Amino acid sequence: MKLTGSDIIVRTLIEQGVDVVFGYPGGQVINIYDSLYKYQSELKHVLTAHEQGASHAADGYARATGKVGVCIATSGPGATNLVTGIATAYLDSVPIVAITGNVPNSVIGTDGFQEIDITGITLPITKHNYFVGSIEDLADTIREAFKLAASGRPGPVLVDVPKDVQTATYDYEPHAPVLPEEKTPAKDIRIQQAADTINEAKKPFIYFGGGLIASGAQKELMELADKIDAPMGCSMMGISGVPTDHPRFLGMQGMHGHYACSTAMHHADLIIALGGRFNDRVTGNRSKFAKNAKIVHIDIDGAELNKTVNASHGLRGDMKLTLQKLLPLIKQAERPEWQAHINELRGIEAAGQDKRPGMTPANVLHKLNGYLNANTPVATDVGQHQCWAAQYVNFKQTRRFISSGGLGTMGFGMGAAMGAQMGTGERAVLITGDGSFGMNLNELATAVANKIPMVILLLNNGVLGMVRQWQTLFFNKHYSNTMLDQRQTDFVKLAEAFGAQASRALTLEELEEALEKAFACDGPYLIDCAIDKDEFVLPMLPPGGSMDDIIVKVGD
Amino acid sequence: MKRFTVAILVNNQFGVLNRVTSMFRRRQFNIHSLTVSETESAAYSRITIQSEGDGVVKQQLINQLYKLPDVCSIQEFEQQDVVSRELMLIKMKNCAETRDDVRGAIDAFEGKIVDYTKDSLTIQMVGDSRKIDNFVNLMKEYEILEICRTGVVSLERGASTIRRVTHL
Repeated sequence: MKLTGSDIIVRTLIEQGVDVVFGYPGGQVINIYDSLYKYQSELKHVLTAHEQGASHAADGYARATGKVGVCIATSGPGATNLVTGIATAYLDSVPIVAITGNVPNSVIGTDGFQEIDITGITLPITKHNYFVGSIEDLADTIREAFKLAASGRPGPVLVDVPKDVQTATYDYEPHAPVLPEEKTPAKDIRIQQAADTINEAKKPFIYFGGGLIASGAQKELMELADKIDAPMGCSMMGISGVPTDHPRFLGMQGMHGHYACSTAMHHADLIIALGGRFNDRVTGNRSKFAKNAKIVHIDIDGAELNKTVNASHGLRGDMKLTLQKLLPLIKQAERPEWQAHINELRGIEAAGQDKRPGMTPANVLHKLNGYLNANTPVATDVGQHQCWAAQYVNFKQTRRFISSGGLGTMGFGMGAAMGAQMGTGERAVLITGDGSFGMNLNELATAVANKIPMVILLLNNGVLGMVRQWQTLFFNKHYSNTMLDQRQTDFVKLAEAFGAQASRALTLEELEEALEKAFACDGPYLIDCAIDKDEFVLPMLPPGGSMDDIIVKVGD
Repeated sequence: MKRFTVAILVNNQFGVLNRVTSMFRRRQFNIHSLTVSETESAAYSRITIQSEGDGVVKQQLINQLYKLPDVCSIQEFEQQDVVSRELMLIKMKNCAETRDDVRGAIDAFEGKIVDYTKDSLTIQMVGDSRKIDNFVNLMKEYEILEICRTGVVSLERGASTIRRVTHL
């Protein structure tokens, strides 16, 4: 059947199983929006307040569901507004397809109105991108984009479609949804060698990252931990990979990780790294990182092996399939001495726990925990609140912690929480700070318009807390441009002006009341939650430091 | 630091060279020489690069290349298994005092004079990079006006070809 290019785009999205797209119309995508109008009963479009919100929403949707998220923007500024969202997805290996319009082929290269070289701009932040110069290639290019986004190590793909391709007509034949490339385990010989090393280890530690979640290898991970009697810890991207209350789980490790977890990893004689990439936030000073440990590193991306730390065994392959082959080669063993050491570390951590009363980050988030069900997606922005969320929020299900780990994108949370809500159908929670929230709070309009049930827990300390923390510790308390007290934003009034409900919590009692209302609300509900500006994220690895330099308490 | 040569078979489409070199730039791989040319098939172009680094750098470069969807195949060359050639055009000042010495060197290196004027002579030199380097060093004794080199192209010895190499 003959269809216009814009109809082909929308029909191809529907054929690929897309149920919702996030975007913003404009001159060079007006035809696509006409097609979205035509097919609105089959494909829901969510109009965001800003294209950045659309890209984060597609990202949040993809993180929460494991499916490919889709966003649409017009040429020029519409396309460049997607860039931060695409980069966020790239750094965290999230599968999204971004579709942009562009000026007609005849105008390309002449600096036409709202013309921008978006394939050039996104070259280093996409797995691949396409400029679709002719309509013959349109449907297959979009299919290829879906396949590529979801295959191997997932990531974003951009498809740029000039306007004349959208208006041209061509034959369209529906296809079945494309499947990602077939997954394969690591090579047998490598698996055997890794198994031998694991069996010999006295103090094994399992460190997992986002790759474990992407591969859905939770069950195999827990089986491995039980079989070798090893503690588990994760990077920020690994959070929700195992239930927070799993008895072997020590939490997050790294720069702001849990004390027992970071220390156990540092003391291990073997680190089994599953789908993590030994980022600098994970290792601290690499020359001092886990000096006595061998490393077994499993990752689907061969380029991650030996990239930042040398692995004794680098295994390239799908995590789930590789662990399934590895497990039968692993000897069941108890390691009581190692466990005794772990328990000792847990004891130190427990003794140092923040037990102050009042509106401390720990108390606030423990209150929140009481309202979360197993399926609640919890998104964050970036900064202190993000690290506190990583430390204190309890998760039961995988894919429920939605946070910008690699790029650290302030302003990620509003879009991401909305996307996660729409993907899961569950009420979403956004934990944010007054700095981050200020970046994309315009998406409150989207949340109201779409009656998105979400609880925005705004940890309001009137400062850019994470930078302030560094200024306190390392810059002689020179609070350069981190004080927000001049702003005088009333977040409750602001939310109400957007048409959302809101309340302020100055005490834990008020917080409890606010949470009751928020979790009963059928749209967005903002809680302006006052915390002190000098709360710290602890523990902390100082810059350039190793686990030996870990700061657990800050003196007066 | 060890020099190494890698041949990359890529889709013959516009923008592919940019994708490859953009990755080198972003990850700060230092490239000594790079050539791009058509191949026996219109579907592919062949990129030959010379770079420098230890085994980890080389492996990382290759692993990152494999992640580009337009990269079809990669071949890394061991020095003894490869025929590598480079072409240089070098323009020398032509004067009575040095003419005989320069011509003697050209003969010894099996070069060829491709342009000859009263004031200049242009020499074509083909060989592996080391031979070319040696000739340039020798010419530094005289007055070099201009140098242009193609960069290295390499093929494996014997009947095997690049497309037999599969992904990692």
